[in-house]
Amino acid sequence: MNKKGILYSNALYTFMAIIVGFCVGAVLLAAAGIDPLEAYGKLFSGIFGNVKCMTWCVVYASPLIFTGLSVAFSFRTGVFNIGAEGQFVAGSLAACAVGVLADAPAPLHALLCISAAVAAGALWAAVAALMKVKRGINEVLSFIMFNWLAFYLSNYVVNLPAMRRTGGGEATKDIAGTALILAPQGLIRLTGCSAVNYGILLAVAAALIIWFIINKTTLGFGLRAVGYNPFAAKYGGINADRAVMTAMSISGALAGLGGAVQTLGMSWRLSQFAGQEGFGFQGITVALIGSSNPIGCIFAGLFYGAMKYGGTKLSLVNAPAEVVDIIMGTIIIFIAVAHIFRNFFVSKFAKEKGGECE
Amino acid sequence: MEDHAEDHVDLDTAVIQMENIVKKFGTFTANDHISLTVHKGEVHAVLGENGAGKSTLMNVLYGLYRPTSGTIKVNGEPADIDSPRKAIRLGIGMVHQHFMLVQPFTVTENIILGMEPMKGITVDEKAARERIMELSERYEMKVDPDARVEDISVGMQQRVEILKVLYRGADILILDEPTASLTPQEITELISIIRNLTRDGKSVILITHKLKEIKASADYCTIIRSGRCVDTVKVSGTSERELASRMVGRDVMFQVDKKELTPGEPVLEMTGLRGCDYRGVEVLKGLDLTVRRGEIVGLAGVDGNGQSELVEILTGLRRGTGGHVKMLGRDVFNASPKEIFGQGITSIPEDRQKYGLVLDFSVAENLVLQNYAKLPYAKQGILQNGVIMCHAKELIKQFDIRPESCETMTAGQLSGGNQQKVIIAREVTNDSDLLIAVNPTRGLDVGAIEFVHRYLVDQRNKNKAVLLVSFELDEIMSLSDRIEVIFNGQIAGNMAGSDADEKTLGLMMAGGESHNE
Repeated sequence: MNKKGILYSNALYTFMAIIVGFCVGAVLLAAAGIDPLEAYGKLFSGIFGNVKCMTWCVVYASPLIFTGLSVAFSFRTGVFNIGAEGQFVAGSLAACAVGVLADAPAPLHALLCISAAVAAGALWAAVAALMKVKRGINEVLSFIMFNWLAFYLSNYVVNLPAMRRTGGGEATKDIAGTALILAPQGLIRLTGCSAVNYGILLAVAAALIIWFIINKTTLGFGLRAVGYNPFAAKYGGINADRAVMTAMSISGALAGLGGAVQTLGMSWRLSQFAGQEGFGFQGITVALIGSSNPIGCIFAGLFYGAMKYGGTKLSLVNAPAEVVDIIMGTIIIFIAVAHIFRNFFVSKFAKEKGGECE
Repeated sequence: MEDHAEDHVDLDTAVIQMENIVKKFGTFTANDHISLTVHKGEVHAVLGENGAGKSTLMNVLYGLYRPTSGTIKVNGEPADIDSPRKAIRLGIGMVHQHFMLVQPFTVTENIILGMEPMKGITVDEKAARERIMELSERYEMKVDPDARVEDISVGMQQRVEILKVLYRGADILILDEPTASLTPQEITELISIIRNLTRDGKSVILITHKLKEIKASADYCTIIRSGRCVDTVKVSGTSERELASRMVGRDVMFQVDKKELTPGEPVLEMTGLRGCDYRGVEVLKGLDLTVRRGEIVGLAGVDGNGQSELVEILTGLRRGTGGHVKMLGRDVFNASPKEIFGQGITSIPEDRQKYGLVLDFSVAENLVLQNYAKLPYAKQGILQNGVIMCHAKELIKQFDIRPESCETMTAGQLSGGNQQKVIIAREVTNDSDLLIAVNPTRGLDVGAIEFVHRYLVDQRNKNKAVLLVSFELDEIMSLSDRIEVIFNGQIAGNMAGSDADEKTLGLMMAGGESHNE
């Protein structure tokens, strides 16, 4: 099968999974006594209704594209970054700390925050990578634990006297205006979205860079080789341990960057968490919908962002916003079982027409 | 060996009649009007090069593919075999080249898997066990029904696969490359099992490219070349050489021409090498070995005498525990694979799919696996895809890797022989001072074997050093300038390749008296 064929079929089955996801959601809505058509109509108008809605969807999407890229990159290099959640939190925390505590002129301050977030995310992943390489500890286990470490560390830092906002509220002080990555006032007024920011541009740029690294550079070649077959890569002289360290650090940096975009672009402060926010886990969904392709992650991230924002409008028809989570979950299940459908269709096709040569 | 034929073949009873089978994949015709008739009690070999279409034909018979046209009759009745389930119901069983066994299960559990005899709501394992014992005894398979599959040898696992098929009531057994992973001893035993089967009225279809085994076991042989049926011949009336040339379509050289060369300076020197296997048991006990320029040193020995560990230490995949390894005078003992490659050692690994290739990478990418970061394949960390593709196209042409223009196909899509060609193309063009080849022709057909042998000798003729580690005694004897025999982690003796004989070698390999002059 040629490359186009594979891409085509991936997109095809993803699309089918999305339709099935909506159908399952419709059944559940109907079971709850809500007219699915009305609910989906609200969802649709909540997304495409006006410029403001669409802008919000993009704002919601930016951090998800980053965590999606993070997970997709890890998939391509043979590790499973289930720790994007923790790296995202580490990145948010670093960006917020620098944004609150440091003082610098406008573009520089934001740059400092972003750098801190990248470093924090990379470090958070690198520690787990080191444990994997040196002691053979399964990265999935350590990543999950590191997620909780980041969670509690963040809550601890938020409540430090230097960070905590005065006058109530379980959150940090607002980040200095010099550190925000908001779009110019004109655009904010034009779109009516108060949080329109540069995050999406960064996300698209990151996706393009990651695509380039994976496909066009020697770095990507080595990382992919180790991901596909560490034995042959080692035999060929590639340092597999270093490749795993590098791959996981880059993956962590991407998630950390996502945290910075969310904090500097949309939330402007860090609140005390009651539970994990799920940006990292949603990144897994984004990566799967995007077939682990960096460019695919842009579209998958936009889709998830739109669903997330549109889902908030479902309460207008008394439908719970969780319907969106159910739809997304169903989509993932059907993407995961897509190869079953694929085998079914391919074998049917092969039997009738004599399909591809194996 | 030849008088076994015919006496049990019932030529009046055809159990399988495949007529004018055509199987097309898109525009590619894998089977072009192939006919095949198998009789009761017959061993029928299907001979062909890698990719000639023999597996496709068998997959049609086993219901995995539907033929584009043509008819199949089983026991004289037209049969529409649309699934393996149907094939099994018709008494056709297939033993695949790669076994499909559940490793932690016992032999009995594996055999009854999917059709467990029930006693109320529990599995009647006792009845199953008895039936398996009975089958095993009838065909002299000596299988222990209570052993765990992970604990038994590859040869035994294959018998379990055969029993699995027999247990399901098969009268026609398709064996796909059954000897690919067996030792010579196990092959002899398999052939006697096959004979026991046919004596009992079963028919066996043997898919293979090993001529020796066809001569030793088959009654008739259908030769397939490029999807077409060349001929069906009576095995006793033909020779290995004739079979080989009809399969390949030209004369095959069994012996490779070597020019006279006096070995030069030592390239690889090992002294007192010690090392352990994966369990930590010492398997290399002070091994000394030297390979010089312009010679092929064949390391002969029974599997498990330390060969694998030796090669792993030499290529940097395993740490040795003592001794010295020098490459052109420089110490490379326990160096990293990259450093060792940098010192001029390349190797054709034993397990080509695990160590030799990244199967999900394209052929072009695999061809630069060690050199991708170097000029001209990369500049400032950016891959030069144009150069990599050109390089691949050149090598594909030079080494006749098929299918043509496969540079963007993944390595996993190629046949075994062509995968090996990719590795050889890569390692030979690395043009290093020492080439280590480990079982380089395992699972390859005659044409491909000839190809591999020619390149090994070419390297030697270019005044490079070659270390050949192989379980195939014929290969060692026909290629080596000097044969070293490894036994129990040490060199048990050596002899010049020109005056080696199988008997003496066999004795030394078994730890008998050494003939060290």
